[in-house]
Amino acid sequence: MAKITLDNLAHSYLPHPRSPDDYALKEMNHDWVDGEAYALLGASGCGKSTLLNIISGLLQPSQGRILFDDVDVTHQPTAARNIAQVFQFPVVYDTMTVRDNLAFPLRNRGADPAYIAERVDQIAKMIGMEAELSHKARGLTADAKQKISLGRGMVREDVNALLFDEPLTVIDPHMKWELRTQLKSLHHEFGHTMIYVTHDQTEALSFADKVVVMHDGGVVQIGTPQELFERPAHTFVGFFIGSPGMNLFDARIEGRTAVIEGTEIDLGAGYSVGSGRVQIGVRPEFVHFAEAGQGVPARVRRVEDVGRHKIVRLDVAGREVNAIVAEEAPVPDGVGAIRFDSDAINVYVDDWRLAANERGRT
Amino acid sequence: MTLTLDGVSKVVAGRTHIHPITLTLQKGTMNVLLGPTLAGKTSLMRLMAGLDAPATGRVIWNGDDVTGMRVQDRKVAMVYQQFINYPSMTVFENIASPVKLMGESRQEIDRRVRETAEMMKLTGLLDRKPLELSGGQQQRCALARALVKNAGLVLLDEPLANLDYKLREELRAEIPKIFERSGAIFVYATTEPEEALLLGGNTATLWEGRMTQFGPTPLVYRKPQDATTARVFSDPPMNFLDVHKAGDMFTLGTGATLAVPGPLSALSDGDYTLGFRPNHLGLDDHSESAMAFTARLKVTEITGSETFVHLDIDGARWVGLIHGVRSLRPGQDVRVYLDPSHVYVFGPDGTLVAPAAYAEAA
Repeated sequence: MAKITLDNLAHSYLPHPRSPDDYALKEMNHDWVDGEAYALLGASGCGKSTLLNIISGLLQPSQGRILFDDVDVTHQPTAARNIAQVFQFPVVYDTMTVRDNLAFPLRNRGADPAYIAERVDQIAKMIGMEAELSHKARGLTADAKQKISLGRGMVREDVNALLFDEPLTVIDPHMKWELRTQLKSLHHEFGHTMIYVTHDQTEALSFADKVVVMHDGGVVQIGTPQELFERPAHTFVGFFIGSPGMNLFDARIEGRTAVIEGTEIDLGAGYSVGSGRVQIGVRPEFVHFAEAGQGVPARVRRVEDVGRHKIVRLDVAGREVNAIVAEEAPVPDGVGAIRFDSDAINVYVDDWRLAANERGRT
Repeated sequence: MTLTLDGVSKVVAGRTHIHPITLTLQKGTMNVLLGPTLAGKTSLMRLMAGLDAPATGRVIWNGDDVTGMRVQDRKVAMVYQQFINYPSMTVFENIASPVKLMGESRQEIDRRVRETAEMMKLTGLLDRKPLELSGGQQQRCALARALVKNAGLVLLDEPLANLDYKLREELRAEIPKIFERSGAIFVYATTEPEEALLLGGNTATLWEGRMTQFGPTPLVYRKPQDATTARVFSDPPMNFLDVHKAGDMFTLGTGATLAVPGPLSALSDGDYTLGFRPNHLGLDDHSESAMAFTARLKVTEITGSETFVHLDIDGARWVGLIHGVRSLRPGQDVRVYLDPSHVYVFGPDGTLVAPAAYAEAA
């Protein structure tokens, strides 16, 4: 297992990039800690696959270096990097049995047959395919084949890193739970450095120690799930993490007071706002109902029952604002306003989060 | 306008893919087919569309038997998981193509294309080619082609499965609005319980080619008739506990005993399976009648606002979805609590014996 360093790394698919917009991956400097599980999260086109392809060696970056445990591997081919990869769609040998598919990476490296047998059994148990070990891969369902791909990716214990590119796309929701839990246990057990690319926030947050949120070719935040939820560094993180995402309100801020739609809101701390577009962000979980005159004027448009909670769609000055209420909590008649938990309010200037002045000072 | 399946089944090479299903869908309704991969969702849709002939039973459209009628002669539109558009045609021509085939006048084609494009937010993109669109826009175009025909029956087979999480969230909110305006019978296949809840309408749960329940979506979710329906309509899956009741004690599989809580005391003595959803398991004892268990913590997953705890309880696996962020060390024993009003009681054959009290109250 290895520490992965991205040193001054950037990539453009154009031969002579001129402006930052020409870069699919904007310059970045990061150390990814040995043995941690990272998720690269972002919408399609955000650069996450480009970054993964650079780490795996499928792509040469147009700028900067990539190091595994401080050794420059920028120009090493994939095979020399000693990594395991699992892709979105299954890659299996149809004519081989499940057992031979799983054993393939070990046999390729001349591992001891007794060890191979033991390790393959262990992996088969993990992916729940012990009963199918002697079956040919041909004729298995897509998700069974993908389980084999996952198993094969994990069969070697001596890899520098395990890279997953949207590996659960073809897997059923129920099975996703199983496999994600297995991956997580495996990570605890063996401490592999794992990099997991996904557009699915639930998958990213529940899998990773650290989530790398990417937007427009750049990294907008690297943080624990809790940090991304409570203190999104950028409005994109607020929007992308959480379902529905963070509510944003244009505001005017003076000291510890924000004014939204004519209503004053206590921010709980003072902020020194310079110039730029000022917004406050509040997640739907921290929006509460109030009577008219007791907060920001709002009206209930629609209530969606999602099972474990309800999503209340509100209208605030013609814009949609969401609130989440508990399954068994009623949505009161005559909601006229909303208020917020003050310690759950974040302030943004031109989309980037502004840290509060020291608490108690204004 | 109604679509009735009367004892419709499908048998392929001696294997039953769909066991006889009887079901009536009403005009202007959203009907979700919910089940894991291979549950029979696509097979059932193909029978509804007339793409396949049933082995037994009849398909009745508005009182007319259309069982043998070709799909071309029915007013049916279908949207698949893969976005199917003509790459060489513009968005306008793509949307127009089904209406052209119907032999409508140019003015009528133009009117309908523009009306549908407006509904699908494609008006500004009518001159583009599909490959110049984002994934979400491509799928909107495919949906527009299905809607423009004014088909009485619109079949959507996991239409959002290939889209990014956030796009899915957006289209999921839009689809019910679109269907409200069109008045057609919508049938929507999905593997995700949350998607079914967000779409609302009615849900038919499918499991291994059988329809286990059909009714208003929130009702099927809160009052499943059997353990299979409850399992299908829960993500993460419902947790189960086998018990034997004798007097005021439950005996578990391990021989341990547990006092029967008040709300379940009316059950007659015998064998039962208790079922409850992950979000109803708690780490805090906040109800006097709560049932308490000691479980081994296998893995925790923090999603930001919530924590999933994966538990081993005497060899059985439970998942708890706990509000807030909890830092717990895997491997330790934890006390978990369950309010009996959230417990469904199933008989040994899986049929519901007593619904959860909270669902009765809702």
